[in-house]
Amino acid sequence: MQDNTLIKVQDLSVEFPLSSKKKVHAVSDVSLEVKEHEVLALVGESGCGKSTLGKAMIQLIKPTAGEVSFKDAVITNMPAKAFRDYRRQMQIVFQDPYASLDPRMSVRDIIAEPLETYNVCATPKETTERVVELLEAVGLSADHLYRYAHQFSGGQRQRIGIARAIALNPSFIVCDEPVSALDVSVQNQILNLLKDLQERFGLTYLFISHDLSVVRFIANRVCVMFLGKLCELGDTETIYTNPLHPYTRFLLDAIPKADPHRRRKERMLLSGELPSPVDPPSGCRFHTRCPYATEKCRTQEPEMKPVEGRMVACHLYAE
Amino acid sequence: MEKKNIMDAPVLYDEQNTFRGVMKRLFRENKLAILSLVIIAIFVIGAVFAPWLTPYGYEDIDPINRLSGLSKEHPLGADELGRDVLTRLLYGSRISLLVGIVPTIISMLAGAVLGIVAGYMGGRVDSVIMRLADIMLAFPSMLLAMVIMYTLGDGIINIFLALALVNWASVARIVRAETLKLREAEFVEAARSIGVSNFKIMWRHIMPNCIPSMIVLFTLNIPSAILSESSLSFLGLGIEKPMASWGMMVNIGRQYLYNNPELSLVPSIAIMLIVLAFNFLGDGLRDVLDPHLKKQ
Amino acid sequence: MEKMTLQVNDLCTSFFTDKGEIKAVNHVSFDVPKRSIIGIVGESGCGKSMTARSVMRLLKYPGKIVSGSIAIEDKELTALTEAEMSNVRGEEISMIFQEPMTSLNPVMKVGKQVQEVVLLHRKVTKQEAKKEVIRIFEKVGISEPEKRYECYPHELSGGLRQRVMIAMAMICRPKLLIADEPTTALDVTVEAQILELMKNLRDEIGTSIILISHNLGVVAELCDYVHVMYAGRIVEQAETFELFDNPKHPYTIGLMNAVDSLEKKQGVLDTIPGTVPNLLDLPEGCSFEPRCGKRCEKCVECVPELHEIAPGHLVRCHACGQEV
Repeated sequence: MQDNTLIKVQDLSVEFPLSSKKKVHAVSDVSLEVKEHEVLALVGESGCGKSTLGKAMIQLIKPTAGEVSFKDAVITNMPAKAFRDYRRQMQIVFQDPYASLDPRMSVRDIIAEPLETYNVCATPKETTERVVELLEAVGLSADHLYRYAHQFSGGQRQRIGIARAIALNPSFIVCDEPVSALDVSVQNQILNLLKDLQERFGLTYLFISHDLSVVRFIANRVCVMFLGKLCELGDTETIYTNPLHPYTRFLLDAIPKADPHRRRKERMLLSGELPSPVDPPSGCRFHTRCPYATEKCRTQEPEMKPVEGRMVACHLYAE
Repeated sequence: MEKKNIMDAPVLYDEQNTFRGVMKRLFRENKLAILSLVIIAIFVIGAVFAPWLTPYGYEDIDPINRLSGLSKEHPLGADELGRDVLTRLLYGSRISLLVGIVPTIISMLAGAVLGIVAGYMGGRVDSVIMRLADIMLAFPSMLLAMVIMYTLGDGIINIFLALALVNWASVARIVRAETLKLREAEFVEAARSIGVSNFKIMWRHIMPNCIPSMIVLFTLNIPSAILSESSLSFLGLGIEKPMASWGMMVNIGRQYLYNNPELSLVPSIAIMLIVLAFNFLGDGLRDVLDPHLKKQ
Repeated sequence: MEKMTLQVNDLCTSFFTDKGEIKAVNHVSFDVPKRSIIGIVGESGCGKSMTARSVMRLLKYPGKIVSGSIAIEDKELTALTEAEMSNVRGEEISMIFQEPMTSLNPVMKVGKQVQEVVLLHRKVTKQEAKKEVIRIFEKVGISEPEKRYECYPHELSGGLRQRVMIAMAMICRPKLLIADEPTTALDVTVEAQILELMKNLRDEIGTSIILISHNLGVVAELCDYVHVMYAGRIVEQAETFELFDNPKHPYTIGLMNAVDSLEKKQGVLDTIPGTVPNLLDLPEGCSFEPRCGKRCEKCVECVPELHEIAPGHLVRCHACGQEV
């Protein structure tokens, strides 16, 4: 079980200083593993630190503490020269297909940029040929080579972003909310494409999303985050059919169902407001909103423990 | 056929910032800017073809007709030495346009490079560059230019240097602000995630995206350079005599203001026209290039 | 017969750009019965927001209402002057937007902003207005209303800001509330709270609501009637249960399959092939024809009419039989 781990995160924390005294605790002591050829979904609400964690895993953000290892090598604090070989194996697809493509570059130049950076192809002509291959792999064609990003629809731009991410044949891709800016029908096209590419090239994804309904199709395992901490981590079906952590249950229940017959008579509504990551609550970070919170939850921080075939951080399942 | 139809995006806003696209929009939306462009073109033609447009040279004196007022021989009059004002105006526009454009280009380049480096690198580099810029901006620019001209002496190259030195700081500031915005853009983060070097990010991603605002800045800085040169020449600190410059002409004409107002008036109007033209063009370009400022 | 709060008849709104006329809203008619919540669903660019903005007469340049009528109870809105219209806004119809941050003034306390609306429409003293604001803050579920009254927008979370916007919209008890993607920028748990709140407001105050959303789930959860829009036209309209049980238009079916397939364990998700057509260059016939699996020759030739296939269930499709 240990040997096929691709990325391992150990006690990772990311903090952003606000002033000399205050800081945002974006990610606190998170440990997790991503196995080779799997899709691990990272789910949580805005501000829970999921994007920060994803970016810290590929060293786009410097973690404050903890370490990340990629295939046996610790990549945190690795010298820049040595890290270059790892950098090209880890890529990212961004959420906003409008902001993530340089408006002044043609599609060819955007996708060629990673190839040129690592001198993958000998001549510009070869580069262009490779770019065409990549365009075709994501469902676009050579006709689109010399157009600019603003001439495309959101879904097509996202395809361009994906082509750029797979250009260097990476083994690990962080998909940072890749479909949340897209319309329903287009969203499914992109999800199909991502899954298809993952199977074809044996890719490993960290699929970040705030929307649990999107995750079910693509992910093998799901990890739920709340305010910089992991709540629950397990196989997708286990989490969906039998969520244990109260927060996971709230999340799942809150998804509006596209079926008026399944309207909830009584909603499970979360009370209160999201606590601030500047000053997170003591004990379990969810206790201020949790209907089952006890004295223990207010003082003692729950550990991730195996319960019924998944990991949960909740005192309800202590024994 | 079928496939193409599927992939063709609904293109609603594909107006591109190409030269032709900009000109087309400028023509449609801002007639004043087009008029300004025509005026600038007339001055440029006048400057380039000056020797063929007038029978006189700028040094030729005609003592009989000195201070003769407007006449057939001298449509805009002749000065105290009998030099033809129209001729001197045409030759003077060479100086004014050069002085408007060359130091502006130098200060734009220097300011852009420093601004991008400061904004992108941040930290100590940023502090050093921007404190330098603050010092430049805190100094009265006219005074600084005068000091430089005093030490270096008259001459057009020295004017270029003085004006470039005075202007780079404001350019650096604006470009730095733009860079700070662009640095946080996702496409820059995307480039970093690929492993593109800092130099390449600045050169390929940040610089091209600064160009629209730099074009606007360029057209707005030209008139201020022209005005500075005029002021310096007016104060006797500019072009070497007997070369003609508009500021110098205003200065000379000052002594004959009562009887021969045309000597000062003609170059003053020329200065005003070209400065206004560049300003209007700059405003027009800004409206066209910056979609956020589009009027309702 | 129940009276209607709003009747929109044959509304056409176009944007006159350099490239030509963009028909954002194309012969749209719908009614909003009293105390009902109607939903308008569709993908981005289908004209759902423009329909709402047309009703508010808040179109941005170069948009213009070309023809049609919009009547709130018996008042024809298209005939009003701009001054009369601004009395209607806030008083009789109000609107909330997707991004509550940009709709609030960042340098003004939120309480004051809501109070201003009261002072604008009612002849009351400042004290009374403030009391009114605190009362409505309580009603929309803002805890500690006195404290929140003194907050600036950036001090509030997205959910609270949206509640402030709803408070501002509801304070004059308008007949109609237009909610343009009110929960799209919010997290699911907050979304659930806001939807619950909107339902309660309808039940307690009796305001009719037009809910605009791209999310079929949100619409199914809340609405009594649903209108599906595509490329500026309404392609299907029906009572909510009827629509979700019996979708007829291929586009509606495609959307529903796309959403449903996310829940099923299957290898490939259902999609609608292709993208939304260019509004500048609409097909001569049915605008969904290039993406449709059921197209026939007739679809290429002419735009189908909306026709009734069951009581209250209208479809704009040649393939959905008129035989019923």
